Amino acid sequence: MVGIQKSFGRHHVLKNIDFSVEKGTIHALLGENGAGKSTLMNILYGLHKQDSGDIFINGELVEIKSPKVAIEHKIGMVHQHFMLVPTFTVAQNIMLGSELTKGLGIVDFKKANREISRLSEEYGQTVNTKKKIEDMAVGMQQRVEILKALYRGAETLILDEPTAVLTPQEIKKFIENMRNLARSGKTIIMITHKLNEVKQMCDYCTVIRRGENVVTVHVDDYSEQQLASMMVGKELTFGIEKKPANPKEIKLEVQNLLVSDDRGVKRVDGVSFEVRAGEILGIAGVDENGQQELVEAITCLRKVTSGRIKINGKEIQNTSIANVIKSGIATIPEDRQKSGLVMTFSVAENILLKGYKGRPFSKYGRMNKSEINKFASRLTQKFDVRPKDCAELPVKKLSGGNQQKVVIARETSTDPDLLIAIQPTRGLDVGAIGYVHKILIEQRDKGKAVLLISLELDEIMDVADRIAVIYNGKIAAIVDAAKTSEAEIGMLMTGGGKK
Amino acid sequence: MTISNLVLLLVGTLMYTTPLLFAALGGVISELSGVMNIGLEGIMTFGAFTAAAVSFFSGNPFLGFFAAGLAGALLISLHAVASITFRADQTISGTAINFLGAGISVLLTKKFFHTSTSPSAPKLPSVFPKWITHHFERTTFQTLKSISIATLLAFIFVYLLYFILYKTSWGLRILATGEHPAAVDTLGISVPKVRYFCVLASGMLAGFGGAFVSISVTSSFSSIVICGQGFIALAAMIFGKWTPHGAMLSCLLFGFARECTTLFEKEGGLIPPSLLETLPYILTLMALILFVGKSAMPKADGIPYI
Repeated sequence: MVGIQKSFGRHHVLKNIDFSVEKGTIHALLGENGAGKSTLMNILYGLHKQDSGDIFINGELVEIKSPKVAIEHKIGMVHQHFMLVPTFTVAQNIMLGSELTKGLGIVDFKKANREISRLSEEYGQTVNTKKKIEDMAVGMQQRVEILKALYRGAETLILDEPTAVLTPQEIKKFIENMRNLARSGKTIIMITHKLNEVKQMCDYCTVIRRGENVVTVHVDDYSEQQLASMMVGKELTFGIEKKPANPKEIKLEVQNLLVSDDRGVKRVDGVSFEVRAGEILGIAGVDENGQQELVEAITCLRKVTSGRIKINGKEIQNTSIANVIKSGIATIPEDRQKSGLVMTFSVAENILLKGYKGRPFSKYGRMNKSEINKFASRLTQKFDVRPKDCAELPVKKLSGGNQQKVVIARETSTDPDLLIAIQPTRGLDVGAIGYVHKILIEQRDKGKAVLLISLELDEIMDVADRIAVIYNGKIAAIVDAAKTSEAEIGMLMTGGGKK
Repeated sequence: MTISNLVLLLVGTLMYTTPLLFAALGGVISELSGVMNIGLEGIMTFGAFTAAAVSFFSGNPFLGFFAAGLAGALLISLHAVASITFRADQTISGTAINFLGAGISVLLTKKFFHTSTSPSAPKLPSVFPKWITHHFERTTFQTLKSISIATLLAFIFVYLLYFILYKTSWGLRILATGEHPAAVDTLGISVPKVRYFCVLASGMLAGFGGAFVSISVTSSFSSIVICGQGFIALAAMIFGKWTPHGAMLSCLLFGFARECTTLFEKEGGLIPPSLLETLPYILTLMALILFVGKSAMPKADGIPYI
């Protein structure tokens, strides 16, 4: 790809990008959120059209007008949000659009199942072709996405943030699989901002910053630190400085909690723990081990079957969300766009979502715009939400990291007793992740109780004071973060015993 | 209850089921591709008018029937353009189709026939050929001859639609478009193309449903012949969980309820007939209240795609 330029409206996303990939290698496309990585790859896959610049495949100038053309040129793409029909089986998803038929459009399901099974074994990506996507774990779904591309004869695979949704175990397996694919001659382009994975699996790395390409390097020649500095354009310090915790009285107490999911399957099975003021309790675990149901129970989004949840000694289970908020619980939800923010509302309105009721922000049901904006401006300054003076900007115009800052600003502004953070750094870049971690520790030092639920083991290890490992709906163990190791937590997360 | 009464019950049930079934199948195919279609009522009305008028002027009920399908597709194409190309709100555009369908039909009836009811037109023939119905005369089975050939067609469409949706590559693409259009798009299939096809087919089927009312149940068109059947068909589609076979079963249930009220009315009795007539509608409401929550609506139904 030579001299690629692209703008959306007045916004220049890509300014003169050059990007080339060698056959049979794994090539990382590294950059912060909003650097233009995905846009560049969407152009290669025909989902966007470049304003100027040329694309060459095997030395031949090509015009990629649509995904169909990209597929014809043996390019496959696995999107960050999977493009799979949940109600379809694996086979149906894989063959969609290039179905095997017996003529007259009648699908030959038997042959398709056979073909796809063969393909999946050939590449060591075994899947059950008759299983429905909605019944599969995320890691398996990703496998199906990769097979979907291979089924279409893809020689070049574009993977957009492939490990964002995977568990540590799945990531390991994934890296192995990608290495095998590259060995068999496939070319892999991986969009990412996770440095350790770049180091672990990639041969080359192209760094993009604010729509311009900075450099393409041999991964082996550079350290993680150096790559990170290239990505953000300044020196970065790793690790988080943290004073020892100073836990005080119990804020949240969970006793023998039993919770079932929508289908009536027991997901939280006799969980007990407590969180004290001035400490961060991290809940570590592989996805789908009951974390979601646990949080939903604490925030009264879900009924508990039995057991007690106490805030400051007062039982709150099976009451209302309003009561939860009144009791002093604030939540940074997992999906900021779905449940954290109203994307079309302004930053100020989003900040006031919880506090709009009383004075000075409203009087006899009438909102006081100037007070609201003043308050919001103060918070956006305090939390360094960018761009500057964004109080009246719709929140959807902000980058992911800044959106998260808006959520955090709102949730901490109510001065809660307990702050629940669920995957608070999901999809954020290095700079923003550090910032979020800093805030969580600040809240702790102010004497708040913090409950951190995360699938990122590193995050739990860095931020939490105590770690509760959840496995299969039960707390496998609660350990002191300072006295444990990743290996021990990893064992507990997968059902292994305490060493 | 005598055997002839049972036969009558069967014949009546099938008669009331048929128009609902055509329209419900139309709803199924449109919504499975991701386009909501609450304009079924308007399409049926326009179909009913077209069938009566064409059948009257040409003297050929088959011509009337197929013209109704064409007219339905034509009218729904407005909804298709609005909701697929221009990404309009599908509830509003569907409602507009309802008003438009009823309005045009009444207007054209006045224009052509100078009354509010079209003159009697030739009806669709029986599903049984003459030499068979001949044997029915004056037996307990004589009412069987009033089963229309279009009723058979409706049930054939159930099977056809089932086959297309679940056995062919076309069906796979239609279902995928209604569930996850972005997935379809990234595989190089045109989402608008699939949706246009399905919406137009939906208009045709609902048009057939209307035609059945005006040239098989009755033999003329007036503004009240459809009276809510499009909405009942919509309920049948939901009740049937957006599947052709499910829609068929729920249409049979609604048809049966309707026929029961007719029979009870004839017998006379304690319940006032006007109250009895509400039975199918109450049943519809009950079905919606009890089942809509657990239903399997296509995920992208009603959501425009870029």
